[in-house]
Amino acid sequence: MIELTDVHKSFGSKHVLRGVDLSIPKGTSMVIIGGSGTGKSVTLKCVLGLVRPDSGQITVDGNDVNTGDRDAFLARFGMLFQGGALFDSLPVWQNVAFRLLRGALKRPKAEAREIAIEKLRRVGLTPETADLFPAELSGGMQKRVGLARAIAAEPEIIFFDEPTTGLDPIMAGVINELIREIVTEMGATAMTITHDMSSVRAIADNVAMLHDGVIKWTGPVSRLDDSGDPYLDQFIHGRAEGPIEAVR
Amino acid sequence: MSRALSPATPLAAVGRSVLGTLAMIGRVSRFAGETVSHLFRPPFYAREFLHALVQIGWLSLPVVGLTALFTGGALALQIYAGGARFNAESVVPSIVAIGMARELGPVLGGLMVAARVASSIAAEIGTMKVTEQIDALVTLSTNPMKYLTLPRVLAATLAVPVLVGVGDAIGIMGGWAVGVSRLDFNAAVYLKNTIDFLETWDVVSGLIKGAAFGFIVATMGCYYGMNSGRGAQGVGRATKSAVVAASVLILAANYVLTELFFTA
Ligand SMILES: Nc1ncnc2c1ncn2[C@@H]1O[C@H](COP(=O)(O)OP(=O)(O)OP(=O)(O)O)[C@@H](O)[C@H]1O
Ligand SMILES: [Mg+2]
Repeated sequence: MIELTDVHKSFGSKHVLRGVDLSIPKGTSMVIIGGSGTGKSVTLKCVLGLVRPDSGQITVDGNDVNTGDRDAFLARFGMLFQGGALFDSLPVWQNVAFRLLRGALKRPKAEAREIAIEKLRRVGLTPETADLFPAELSGGMQKRVGLARAIAAEPEIIFFDEPTTGLDPIMAGVINELIREIVTEMGATAMTITHDMSSVRAIADNVAMLHDGVIKWTGPVSRLDDSGDPYLDQFIHGRAEGPIEAVR
Repeated sequence: MSRALSPATPLAAVGRSVLGTLAMIGRVSRFAGETVSHLFRPPFYAREFLHALVQIGWLSLPVVGLTALFTGGALALQIYAGGARFNAESVVPSIVAIGMARELGPVLGGLMVAARVASSIAAEIGTMKVTEQIDALVTLSTNPMKYLTLPRVLAATLAVPVLVGVGDAIGIMGGWAVGVSRLDFNAAVYLKNTIDFLETWDVVSGLIKGAAFGFIVATMGCYYGMNSGRGAQGVGRATKSAVVAASVLILAANYVLTELFFTA
């Protein structure tokens, strides 16, 4: 269970989060939607403790995320960054197996490599990709390697920041299915940011819409179409006219 | 707006920059202290350390060697010309050796390493910061200070003294080559003079300086990289600041160490 209570965050004079309240029950998939630049990525980073909120509380299973044993806390997480954030000094397979090659989860190199190749296969990449360097991959391939890295150590809680951006429709479908599988089969808790409405419907148990620094609407994915919320309606139908201004 | 016109404005500006500098010194000291503290807390990343050793030590050899070679040669010419004014040309071998070992070897070697290594460390870590690779490290339960900073700082602290030692030898050799070929010194006598006059402490003090400069170079590279602003511009600024800060700190530290070592 992840809970955010009245989370605020500013960068300089820019007030990005203005009181975010959100809770994600264990083993469910939450999708966060919202305009570009509204603070979705910042919200995820706050939960991970990469960005410290100015005020408000964030707890995972009742424990505050900014106190206690950070290593043990982070060992439960996997994160796909919006830009992939692959280590460009390491070949692909060592990126994927990063956690398995050092620290508490360390295992023999051959075994780690095998796991890496298996994870790469799950995101639709061939074993030949394993020995390339991130700079040799296309944008969408990098994204999928980032995804493979996020799920490599089979974390309990997984964050995906725009997992299907830059992928072709078929590959996007594969990734959507994979995320759904991770939640239903492995019982993981997932938080996904996406702009792709078909992804939302494929991945989400619950949806939250971030606008103006607060959660404007949240509810089960089945209520997406008859929410009666003008902001949400404008957003999911991609209309230029409505309460959300096009220039932000 | 009235504040901008008040007579205290220049004073306020001075105060601000002094406070800013002090805060900066505090932050850098904390960063350095934290780096050193990781030396005593596992895990250690041996591969990263070896990689840094090659990058910082081995690959800096040509630059440091060439710098020392030309400096030693020029030093011999200058001291010969200066010494001729009071018939003391014979001091060339000893002064070249002492000058290289105590002062020019470590300082010029340190500055060359600053240009080569502080910049590349700052650019590499800065790029990692900008592309969220540092954040990714954290989420993968790896402390960036342990994984990125400590190996580089340790490698530089150990490698630069070796570079300085090699530079000393090459610089003295440069002086010898010029002395023998251009200034009519006898090759054997020149070498004998060098060895007779050079004391262990001349060399060791220079090596200690080298270790301090290596520490400064890598620490500044890592500090500015880790605190890089956003985008390519942020990385560029971080790189520039790292080289400038490392160079100035090397010269300042050189003065302080010289004062400590040779005025007791
Ligand atoms: N480290 C930072 N320093 C300064 N401003 C930041 C920083 N990180 C984010 N911001 C600002 O916070 C706002 C929200 O950024 P965020 O990356 O969370 O947007 P987003 O909702 O993920 O958008 P997108 O859908 O385009 O990815 C942006 O206006 C951005 O400029
Ligand atoms: Mg984002």
